[in-house]
Amino acid sequence: MWPCYLLLPLALLGINVIIGVEGLDHHSVRTERISGSAGDVLEDNPVGRLKVYVYELPSKYNKKILQKDPRCLKHMFAAEIFMHQFLLSSPVRTLNPNEADWFYTPVYSTCDLAPNGLPLPFKSPRMMRSAIQLISTKWHFWNRTEGADHFFLVPHDFGACFHYQEERAIKRGILPLLQRATLVQTFGQHNHVCLNEGSITIPPYAPPEKMQSHLIPPDTPRSIFVYFRGLFYDVNNDPEGGYYARGARASIWENFKNNPLFDISTDHPTTYYEDMQRAIFCLCPLGWAPWSPRLVEAVIFGCIPVIIADDIVLPFADAIPWEQIGVFVAEKDVPYLDTILTSIPVEVVLKKQRLLANPSMKQAMLFPQPAQSGDAFHQILNGLARKLPHDMRIYLKQGQKVLNWTAGPVGDLKPW
Amino acid sequence: MKQLTALQQQNRRSNSFRNGSSPLDSTVDGAIKSPATIFWLVIHGLCCLISLVLGFRFSRLVFFLFFSTSSSPSTTTIYSPIQETLPFSIPGRVPVERNMSRVVVGRHGILIRPWPHPDPVEVMKAHKIIERVQMEQRSEYGVKSPRTVIAITPTYVRTFQTLHLTGVMHSLMNVHHDLVWIVVEAGGVTNETASLIRKSGLRILHVGFDGKMPVLWEDRHKLESKMRLHGLRVVKEQRLDGIVMFADDSNMHSLELFDEIQNVRWIGAVSVGILAHSGGSEDGELQMVGGEDSEKEEKKSQVPVQGPACNSSNHLVGWHTFNTQPFLERSARYIGDRAIVLPRKLEWAGFVLNSRLLWEERLNRPVWVREIEEVGTDGEDVESPLSLLKDTSVVEPLGSCGRKIMLWWLRVEARADSKFPARWIIDPPLDITVPAKRTPWPDAPPELPSSSVEKVIITQENTEKRATKNTPRKKRSSRKRKHTTKVLDEHITSTKHSGDN
Repeated sequence: MWPCYLLLPLALLGINVIIGVEGLDHHSVRTERISGSAGDVLEDNPVGRLKVYVYELPSKYNKKILQKDPRCLKHMFAAEIFMHQFLLSSPVRTLNPNEADWFYTPVYSTCDLAPNGLPLPFKSPRMMRSAIQLISTKWHFWNRTEGADHFFLVPHDFGACFHYQEERAIKRGILPLLQRATLVQTFGQHNHVCLNEGSITIPPYAPPEKMQSHLIPPDTPRSIFVYFRGLFYDVNNDPEGGYYARGARASIWENFKNNPLFDISTDHPTTYYEDMQRAIFCLCPLGWAPWSPRLVEAVIFGCIPVIIADDIVLPFADAIPWEQIGVFVAEKDVPYLDTILTSIPVEVVLKKQRLLANPSMKQAMLFPQPAQSGDAFHQILNGLARKLPHDMRIYLKQGQKVLNWTAGPVGDLKPW
Repeated sequence: MKQLTALQQQNRRSNSFRNGSSPLDSTVDGAIKSPATIFWLVIHGLCCLISLVLGFRFSRLVFFLFFSTSSSPSTTTIYSPIQETLPFSIPGRVPVERNMSRVVVGRHGILIRPWPHPDPVEVMKAHKIIERVQMEQRSEYGVKSPRTVIAITPTYVRTFQTLHLTGVMHSLMNVHHDLVWIVVEAGGVTNETASLIRKSGLRILHVGFDGKMPVLWEDRHKLESKMRLHGLRVVKEQRLDGIVMFADDSNMHSLELFDEIQNVRWIGAVSVGILAHSGGSEDGELQMVGGEDSEKEEKKSQVPVQGPACNSSNHLVGWHTFNTQPFLERSARYIGDRAIVLPRKLEWAGFVLNSRLLWEERLNRPVWVREIEEVGTDGEDVESPLSLLKDTSVVEPLGSCGRKIMLWWLRVEARADSKFPARWIIDPPLDITVPAKRTPWPDAPPELPSSSVEKVIITQENTEKRATKNTPRKKRSSRKRKHTTKVLDEHITSTKHSGDN
């Protein structure tokens, strides 16, 4: 136990613990242990370290929405639904709210889908508001802290800003009622309005069975240097280029479309997953939002992610040392991507591959059904457990109000 | 893929809702419309009208540029190497109190570097990285502690030797493991063979074997067996440690074979596909004759396979071979015959041995192996390495119990008396100048003694028609190499017709 107490002050000073080479594990494959700034936290077990109380909301907030559109279980925002299902049967759940450390409100705010399958965020603020009004009147725990010991899952494009367009999302800002709560979201960018201090970033949902079914033998030689499949120009919304991905994807295309080391195109091949397993580097540039499921796919398939998104906050950033695993390229350096990637020393490349091969790393990016130890559900709980114990200052005095219940656009105040 | 389509749809969705959302947003956002928003709406309408008139999209940004007093906004065309950020500021936007992010939302320029081509030094570095990663993959997931491969190849100088030996040489050069190549040459070591195999860069033991290669296939098979035994004797003398495999020079090997044979303990067998194809005969391919196959008429074109046979628990129970009896009358008798060359019951190529079987101390060796000196003496015909064993049931079946075929056996030869230029170099150039009957090629050099080589080639087409009444047929069962051998063989005949046109 005592090494942990030694490590904690070091972590506070911001010193990273050097990764120790574990050598031969019980697997014959050499992998490296992942030690983040707080130690080997990926393998922590949250059971016993926290208690979560799940509010029982009427089914119009969750089950009925899901019944209306079961596509919500497959898209990349499905984490909110699976988290609810996980918590209902998890050992951290408690039925006695008085002993709970954290409170979870199961609202499926990203499940109102358009016919083409994409979520419409227009009613989400009202839905969230209505849910919070319900829990604040029916139970007294919300008013005790005005939500500071509550957490919500908001996996949409810009989190709790509830809009898909960045300018509008910034203008709206985070829903005022959620300002004190802990937000578990996929969006993360430093110094951005839509990322609160203390939020937990999670990976987007990617279907684990589908990815496992496309695995190829690991001795297939990796012969593609850089791989990417996706749009470079969004001709529908940004035909001139320069808006989409802040021009970074267009820059990749214009500079490297003729470079034989770069296997990039807008194709939709059926062998997409297999090709990723034959590539050494996989590009993960930003799109309309900085995050994408490509990061999860790259980690699962052992392809080193090349992250091109300025100031992005990656999933579980306090537990996973992403600088040692991926390659970060500034958007202004995109024209020199080939120089950057070829000048990485070979030992560094091999070390990154060993870190990626670590099964706990892959497990932490997935939301498997049923939940397994070390997976993303447990990492979320670990993150919540690391924030305990709550600072006493979050407990408000009787009658003290901090949040402004009438803030925000007028349309949000309409009941849902 | 779903994510890709979702992403595309997301973008399409945002387009369809961009127009739809503005009325929604305007109702949601504010009942009070500031003058600035009205102004921008008017500008937007104006731009739409202008676009209708002009026929292309007229950007509102142009108005922004007109009305702004900011210094030197350069164009945001694609080919600009200068970075541009023109933040599209929404009027009435409140600046954020917290640390201003360096990342600005809005239209950015597309950065292009001036010299678009890849730097060759970097490409080489990338290839080195790829090579190193693959080496690491092999050591992690491939064969652990690979042993040296000892390949024994009997050969002799003949027309097709370069063809066959180059194939084997390139296969061996691509093997990732350490390799020793023992080339046993009938008729003694010659410069011809030596110069050919020197180019490989492999570790080679070039050994000579007394005795000229006979013309009859039967005798040739026997001599080859003796040569292979001689190779094994070399392994024993030098105490080479590794896995012995028999790479006949006309066989085709897959690289997976060399990884699979690493699994052998003492002696193993792989399946060999038999390609016995004759180029000219009408009878076509051999059929796999077996009890169960006689009913299945549609499997006529199956390639016969020689190799281990296993039961359901993957233990060796017998051998797959095929009955050559029906084909004996039609098979080739002498080298260069136009008929099918039949393999023997079990070819040497299908067996691999641990070299320790040959020279290890008696105590450490398994009891079922015979001494190499005993084998092959007294004129005993050693048909396959099984003669080395007292008990043939110890053979390990490799390649998922013989189901995977990783090498193919083939015998293709030109006539024994066919001539070819030494080392395939025409030197000195021949001084036959036969004027061409046709118009010379447009860029053909003028008639000079040194250009007799081209003339010689042109002559071939003339002598083609008279080829029929020339020297007896040569076996031309190798389809691809037909052309070159024909040219040079015809050339030989044309030297006799120097006076003709």
